[in-house]
Amino acid sequence: MTKKQENKTKRKRSWIKADDISGYLFISVAMIIFAAFTVYPVFSAIRTSFVEYKPFGSEFVGFENYIETFTNALFYKSVKNTIVYTVVVVPLSLVIAFSIAVMVMAFRKRTQSIFKAIYYLPGIASGVALSVVWLWLYDSSPSGLFNRILSFFGLSTQNWLNSSKTSMLSLIIMALASSQGSSIIIYVAALLGIDNSTFEAAELDGASFMQKIRYIVIPLVKPSTLFLFVTGIIGSFQVFMNAYMMTGGGPDNNTTMIGLLIFNNAFVYSKYGLACAQAIVLAIIIAAISFVQFKLMGVDVEY
Amino acid sequence: MSEMSLYSKHTRNKKVLYLRNSILTFLLVLGAVISLFPIVYMIMSSFGPATDSASASRTIIPKIWTLDSYRAFFDFNKYSLRWIWNSLLVAGLVVLGNVVFASMAGYAFSKIPFKGRSFLFFAVLVAMMIPYQVTQVPLYILIVNKFHLSNTYASLILPGLVTSYNIFLSKQFFGGLPTSLIESAKIEGCNQLNIFARIVVPLSKTVLAVMAINTFMSTWNTFFWPFLVTSKDSMYTIQVGLKFFKFANSTLFGPMMAGATISALPMFVLFFSLQKYFLEGVTIGAVKG
Repeated sequence: MTKKQENKTKRKRSWIKADDISGYLFISVAMIIFAAFTVYPVFSAIRTSFVEYKPFGSEFVGFENYIETFTNALFYKSVKNTIVYTVVVVPLSLVIAFSIAVMVMAFRKRTQSIFKAIYYLPGIASGVALSVVWLWLYDSSPSGLFNRILSFFGLSTQNWLNSSKTSMLSLIIMALASSQGSSIIIYVAALLGIDNSTFEAAELDGASFMQKIRYIVIPLVKPSTLFLFVTGIIGSFQVFMNAYMMTGGGPDNNTTMIGLLIFNNAFVYSKYGLACAQAIVLAIIIAAISFVQFKLMGVDVEY
Repeated sequence: MSEMSLYSKHTRNKKVLYLRNSILTFLLVLGAVISLFPIVYMIMSSFGPATDSASASRTIIPKIWTLDSYRAFFDFNKYSLRWIWNSLLVAGLVVLGNVVFASMAGYAFSKIPFKGRSFLFFAVLVAMMIPYQVTQVPLYILIVNKFHLSNTYASLILPGLVTSYNIFLSKQFFGGLPTSLIESAKIEGCNQLNIFARIVVPLSKTVLAVMAINTFMSTWNTFFWPFLVTSKDSMYTIQVGLKFFKFANSTLFGPMMAGATISALPMFVLFFSLQKYFLEGVTIGAVKG
């Protein structure tokens, strides 16, 4: 509101021209890159989704790529896999990150920083490096670490990544164990932002620890929860790296998720049109989910 | 007393306090061990023997410490050192591009009232929400088929030179700077470039450092795009090289861990020297986002 008024008064002054020129100069490089490598590809993707791509003159095929998408069993399987992965990983991640953040709060600032750094550390290694390590942890031979743990408890060893029973579970465990750092830091920041007097008042009323968590902490960190939930789901729907490196989508496409399906269609089978159609469907799914989440959860969240 | 009073201070009963803190410490350390284990395992195994494959003799702590695995990794391909250089060069230039051009755009979007600014910024916001799968195929066709840029530094650098996210991040930050400061500099006769370079940038060192570190980390770690646009091993980045090393040597445990350690090493060095900015970066991105 104030900004619009500000703009109006400024426009009336004599240096409007100067502001326009310096504005455009400041954004010029950014906008050229943005136009060439973001705006153009988006529109090109929409166009490509209606053609059968050929290097020399593509053929317009109408909605055929979309029809192929929605009549393909593998597409539904990959959507199902993505949903299973998301429904397990995102809420569990939030619970783990929230619990760790609450536990960290019992300590002094210095100790908090040490734990934040430790939990953040695995996140700075690349997806390729982490998947190389985790491949060995899931080694199907008895010397694989997870198999050693199983034999320690007297259980039979598993073919973790190559059996349809455990392949998805393996990817889920990996996701839960290696990427909580950012969420923990965000929750700690939110917890530090809660006014101490709120807790003191609750304490005077005889509130227990769990009551404080339930009636003060959880409602007050809701904006962070919503943020992590939405970004978590968006990220999870685009998961590619681990499935690609660890299982290749197998066995029997049991870990093929939408991201990997689109990648395979585009860069293994060169079906660019189909890949673009599926990517646009993915974008619409993500937009719809985000919209519903903000409608359902965001009504009383203030930014 | 920096503890917050979510926790009772147990001032009357020290024993309860000690017991509670011990349990919490135990749980937190256990969690930390689980999340750190893969990294520690990777680093320790990289100093193990280079020949030993998936055998029962493999131990978590190597019996003999040696650099053989590193030698094996570097001997695998004559360009393996160059992969690191490629990654450094690409990440360095992408950081430079973002710190200069994304922050200039962010400044203009927040403090220079030019025509069409809200529309253009809205376009940037919308772009941030589009999944990368949508743009990957057209971008690939554009760079590889139309511009014939595969296996060039340009193809590795240009698409990431200015990211929508960094424009957004800096716009949010500069929006918090007092407009009066810029107005008064203008009255003194400063032009926008001078205001930006002399007044705004010195006030924004933290956010620019955060932007630089986050951009470096994501560019250094990125696999997908370099994998698509490089086919000559002289142009691989370290992440792409590691992937090919993995596929070519699926049984060489030690060297693979050495390669993974090498690919993560610069990030570890940066993290331990600039930890504050890493951790700050998470909250800056989240709170303002």
